[in-house]
Amino acid sequence: MAQVERPLSPHLQVYKPQLTSVLSILHRITGIGLGIGTVLLAWWLVSAAYGPDHFEAARSFIGAWFGRLLLFGFTFSLFYHLCNGIRHLFWDAGWGFQLKTAYASGWLVVIASIGLTIVSWFAGYANGGVL
Amino acid sequence: MSHRTPTGRVHGLGSAQHGVDHWWGQRLTALALIPLLIWFCISLVSLVGADYATFTAWLSAPARAVTMLLLIFATFYHMKLGLQVVIEDYVHSRVWNITLLVMNGFACVLLGTASAFSVIKVALGG
Repeated sequence: MAQVERPLSPHLQVYKPQLTSVLSILHRITGIGLGIGTVLLAWWLVSAAYGPDHFEAARSFIGAWFGRLLLFGFTFSLFYHLCNGIRHLFWDAGWGFQLKTAYASGWLVVIASIGLTIVSWFAGYANGGVL
Repeated sequence: MSHRTPTGRVHGLGSAQHGVDHWWGQRLTALALIPLLIWFCISLVSLVGADYATFTAWLSAPARAVTMLLLIFATFYHMKLGLQVVIEDYVHSRVWNITLLVMNGFACVLLGTASAFSVIKVALGG
Protein backbone atom coordinates (compact mmCIF):
# COMPACT_ATOMS: atom_id res chain seq x y z
CA MET A 1 0.00 0.00 0.00
CA ALA A 2 1.43 3.35 -1.03
CA GLN A 3 2.03 5.78 1.81
CA VAL A 4 -0.05 8.94 1.33
CA GLU A 5 1.77 12.17 2.18
CA ARG A 6 -0.78 13.73 4.50
CA PRO A 7 -0.23 17.16 6.05
CA LEU A 8 1.21 16.74 9.51
CA SER A 9 0.52 18.76 12.62
CA PRO A 10 1.85 20.45 14.70
CA HIS A 11 4.44 22.44 12.80
CA LEU A 12 6.69 23.26 15.72
CA GLN A 13 8.40 26.17 13.97
CA VAL A 14 5.22 28.27 13.77
CA TYR A 15 4.53 27.99 17.48
CA LYS A 16 5.70 30.59 19.97
CA PRO A 17 7.83 28.73 22.53
CA GLN A 18 5.99 28.30 25.83
CA LEU A 19 7.39 27.30 29.20
CA THR A 20 5.62 23.93 29.05
CA SER A 21 6.91 23.02 25.60
CA VAL A 22 10.43 24.30 26.27
CA LEU A 23 10.69 22.28 29.49
CA SER A 24 9.35 19.23 27.67
CA ILE A 25 12.03 19.30 24.97
CA LEU A 26 14.65 20.19 27.61
CA HIS A 27 13.73 16.96 29.41
CA ARG A 28 14.70 15.01 26.28
CA ILE A 29 17.83 17.05 25.63
CA THR A 30 19.07 16.62 29.21
CA GLY A 31 18.19 12.92 28.98
CA ILE A 32 20.45 12.55 25.93
CA GLY A 33 23.10 14.64 27.70
CA LEU A 34 22.95 12.34 30.71
CA GLY A 35 23.50 9.42 28.33
CA ILE A 36 26.84 11.01 27.43
CA GLY A 37 27.41 11.67 31.14
CA THR A 38 27.10 7.97 31.96
CA VAL A 39 30.16 7.35 29.78
CA LEU A 40 32.04 9.64 32.16
CA LEU A 41 30.61 7.76 35.15
CA ALA A 42 31.55 4.38 33.67
CA TRP A 43 35.06 5.62 32.85
CA TRP A 44 35.51 6.90 36.41
CA LEU A 45 34.43 3.56 37.92
CA VAL A 46 36.39 1.41 35.46
CA SER A 47 39.50 3.53 36.01
CA ALA A 48 39.28 2.75 39.73
CA ALA A 49 39.14 -0.96 38.89
CA TYR A 50 42.34 -0.61 36.81
CA GLY A 51 44.31 0.93 39.68
CA PRO A 52 45.78 4.23 40.96
CA ASP A 53 47.42 5.36 37.68
CA HIS A 54 44.27 5.06 35.61
CA PHE A 55 42.19 6.61 38.37
CA GLU A 56 44.52 9.62 38.52
CA ALA A 57 44.33 10.00 34.73
CA ALA A 58 40.52 10.09 34.87
CA ARG A 59 40.63 12.47 37.82
CA SER A 60 42.97 14.91 36.12
CA PHE A 61 40.81 14.89 32.97
CA ILE A 62 37.65 15.62 34.94
CA GLY A 63 39.53 18.19 37.03
CA ALA A 64 40.77 20.15 34.00
CA TRP A 65 38.62 22.96 32.58
CA PHE A 66 37.06 20.83 29.86
CA GLY A 67 36.22 18.05 32.30
CA ARG A 68 34.75 20.56 34.74
CA LEU A 69 32.63 22.05 31.97
CA LEU A 70 31.32 18.57 31.12
CA LEU A 71 30.70 17.89 34.80
CA PHE A 72 28.86 21.19 35.20
CA GLY A 73 26.57 20.34 32.28
CA PHE A 74 26.16 16.85 33.72
CA THR A 75 25.21 18.26 37.15
CA PHE A 76 22.61 20.63 35.74
CA SER A 77 21.19 17.97 33.42
CA LEU A 78 20.96 15.53 36.31
CA PHE A 79 19.12 17.94 38.62
CA TYR A 80 16.85 19.17 35.84
CA HIS A 81 15.96 15.68 34.63
CA LEU A 82 15.43 14.55 38.24
CA CYS A 83 13.18 17.49 39.18
CA ASN A 84 11.21 17.45 35.95
CA GLY A 85 11.02 13.65 36.16
CA ILE A 86 9.28 13.98 39.53
CA ARG A 87 6.90 16.46 37.85
CA HIS A 88 6.21 13.83 35.17
CA LEU A 89 5.53 11.17 37.81
CA PHE A 90 2.91 13.43 39.40
CA TRP A 91 1.32 13.84 35.97
CA ASP A 92 1.37 10.05 35.53
CA ALA A 93 -0.55 9.80 38.79
CA GLY A 94 -3.11 12.22 37.33
CA TRP A 95 -2.11 15.25 39.38
CA GLY A 96 -1.09 18.73 38.25
CA PHE A 97 -2.69 19.05 34.80
CA GLN A 98 -4.38 22.41 35.53
CA LEU A 99 -2.68 25.03 33.37
CA LYS A 100 -1.86 27.15 36.40
CA THR A 101 -0.42 24.16 38.27
CA ALA A 102 1.59 23.03 35.23
CA TYR A 103 3.18 26.48 34.96
CA ALA A 104 3.82 26.72 38.70
CA SER A 105 5.47 23.27 38.81
CA GLY A 106 7.43 24.19 35.68
CA TRP A 107 8.92 27.29 37.27
CA LEU A 108 9.55 25.33 40.45
CA VAL A 109 11.58 22.82 38.40
CA VAL A 110 13.59 25.63 36.78
CA ILE A 111 14.38 27.29 40.13
CA ALA A 112 15.11 23.99 41.90
CA SER A 113 17.44 22.63 39.23
CA ILE A 114 19.44 25.85 38.93
CA GLY A 115 19.51 26.21 42.74
CA LEU A 116 20.64 22.62 43.32
CA THR A 117 23.35 22.97 40.67
CA ILE A 118 24.73 26.11 42.34
CA VAL A 119 24.47 24.64 45.85
CA SER A 120 26.22 21.39 44.91
CA TRP A 121 29.08 23.18 43.14
CA PHE A 122 29.45 25.59 46.01
CA ALA A 123 29.55 22.66 48.43
CA GLY A 124 32.00 20.82 46.20
CA TYR A 125 34.41 23.75 46.05
CA ALA A 126 34.04 24.36 49.79
CA ASN A 127 34.74 20.69 50.44
CA GLY A 128 37.77 20.08 48.26
CA GLY A 129 38.13 22.64 45.54
CA VAL A 130 40.08 20.30 43.30
CA LEU A 131 38.71 17.11 41.79
CA MET B 1 -16.68 -12.68 14.68
CA SER B 2 -13.71 -11.76 12.58
CA HIS B 3 -12.71 -13.85 9.58
CA ARG B 4 -9.28 -12.30 9.24
CA THR B 5 -6.17 -14.36 9.80
CA PRO B 6 -4.08 -13.51 12.88
CA THR B 7 -1.35 -12.11 10.62
CA GLY B 8 -3.85 -9.96 8.74
CA ARG B 9 -5.20 -8.59 11.98
CA VAL B 10 -1.75 -7.68 13.22
CA HIS B 11 -0.52 -5.97 10.02
CA GLY B 12 -0.28 -2.25 10.42
CA LEU B 13 -1.43 -2.21 14.02
CA GLY B 14 2.07 -1.93 15.34
CA SER B 15 1.41 -3.09 18.87
CA ALA B 16 3.18 -6.17 20.13
CA GLN B 17 1.73 -5.64 23.63
CA HIS B 18 5.09 -4.49 24.99
CA GLY B 19 4.10 -0.87 25.52
CA VAL B 20 2.87 -1.30 29.07
CA ASP B 21 6.07 -3.08 30.11
CA HIS B 22 8.10 -0.23 28.68
CA TRP B 23 5.93 2.37 30.41
CA TRP B 24 6.15 0.69 33.81
CA GLY B 25 9.85 -0.03 33.45
CA GLN B 26 10.53 3.64 32.78
CA ARG B 27 8.40 4.83 35.74
CA LEU B 28 9.62 2.30 38.29
CA THR B 29 13.28 2.96 37.50
CA ALA B 30 12.50 6.70 37.69
CA LEU B 31 10.96 6.20 41.13
CA ALA B 32 13.93 4.13 42.33
CA LEU B 33 16.36 6.71 40.95
CA ILE B 34 14.96 9.56 43.08
CA PRO B 35 16.51 8.42 46.40
CA LEU B 36 19.49 6.80 44.64
CA LEU B 37 20.44 10.02 42.84
CA ILE B 38 20.02 12.15 45.97
CA TRP B 39 22.47 9.77 47.67
CA PHE B 40 24.75 9.84 44.62
CA CYS B 41 24.90 13.65 44.45
CA ILE B 42 25.67 14.04 48.14
CA SER B 43 28.33 11.34 47.81
CA LEU B 44 29.92 13.02 44.79
CA VAL B 45 30.17 16.32 46.64
CA SER B 46 31.78 14.58 49.61
CA LEU B 47 34.20 12.82 47.22
CA VAL B 48 35.47 15.98 45.51
CA GLY B 49 39.24 15.84 45.67
CA ALA B 50 39.31 12.21 46.78
CA ASP B 51 42.39 10.28 45.64
CA TYR B 52 42.48 6.59 44.72
CA ALA B 53 42.93 5.33 48.29
CA THR B 54 40.12 7.51 49.66
CA PHE B 55 37.75 6.59 46.86
CA THR B 56 38.35 2.83 47.00
CA ALA B 57 38.05 2.85 50.79
CA TRP B 58 34.78 4.74 50.45
CA LEU B 59 33.38 2.32 47.87
CA SER B 60 34.49 -0.74 49.84
CA ALA B 61 31.75 -0.32 52.44
CA PRO B 62 29.19 -3.02 51.51
CA ALA B 63 26.15 -0.74 51.81
CA ARG B 64 27.76 1.79 49.47
CA ALA B 65 28.78 -0.84 46.92
CA VAL B 66 25.26 -2.31 46.91
CA THR B 67 23.67 1.12 46.59
CA MET B 68 26.04 1.94 43.74
CA LEU B 69 25.12 -1.33 41.99
CA LEU B 70 21.41 -0.52 42.34
CA LEU B 71 22.07 2.96 40.96
CA ILE B 72 23.98 1.50 38.00
CA PHE B 73 21.23 -1.00 37.17
CA ALA B 74 18.40 1.55 37.45
CA THR B 75 20.36 4.19 35.53
CA PHE B 76 21.32 2.06 32.55
CA TYR B 77 17.92 0.40 32.32
CA HIS B 78 16.20 3.81 32.44
CA MET B 79 18.68 5.13 29.88
CA LYS B 80 18.08 2.23 27.50
CA LEU B 81 14.31 2.82 27.59
CA GLY B 82 14.64 6.60 27.27
CA LEU B 83 17.09 6.64 24.37
CA GLN B 84 15.02 3.94 22.66
CA VAL B 85 12.00 6.28 22.57
CA VAL B 86 14.12 9.16 21.24
CA ILE B 87 15.43 6.94 18.41
CA GLU B 88 11.94 5.63 17.64
CA ASP B 89 10.58 9.18 17.46
CA TYR B 90 13.24 10.91 15.38
CA VAL B 91 15.12 8.35 13.28
CA HIS B 92 12.82 7.52 10.39
CA SER B 93 15.17 5.62 8.10
CA ARG B 94 14.38 1.96 8.75
CA VAL B 95 17.98 0.81 8.51
CA TRP B 96 19.30 3.51 10.84
CA ASN B 97 16.36 3.08 13.17
CA ILE B 98 17.04 -0.61 13.73
CA THR B 99 20.83 -0.14 13.76
CA LEU B 100 20.65 2.57 16.42
CA LEU B 101 18.11 0.65 18.51
CA VAL B 102 20.40 -2.39 18.56
CA MET B 103 23.48 -0.25 19.29
CA ASN B 104 21.60 1.53 22.09
CA GLY B 105 20.82 -1.77 23.79
CA PHE B 106 24.37 -3.06 23.39
CA ALA B 107 25.96 0.19 24.60
CA CYS B 108 23.77 0.37 27.73
CA VAL B 109 24.48 -3.26 28.63
CA LEU B 110 28.21 -2.78 27.99
CA LEU B 111 28.54 0.42 30.06
CA GLY B 112 26.32 -1.00 32.81
CA THR B 113 28.23 -4.28 33.04
CA ALA B 114 31.63 -2.57 32.99
CA SER B 115 30.52 -0.16 35.72
CA ALA B 116 28.99 -2.89 37.87
CA PHE B 117 32.02 -5.16 37.55
CA SER B 118 34.33 -2.28 38.48
CA VAL B 119 32.32 -1.54 41.62
CA ILE B 120 32.41 -5.19 42.66
CA LYS B 121 36.15 -5.47 41.95
CA VAL B 122 36.97 -2.34 43.97
CA ALA B 123 34.59 -3.34 46.77
CA LEU B 124 36.22 -6.76 47.05
CA GLY B 125 39.65 -5.20 47.42
CA GLY B 126 40.80 -4.29 43.89
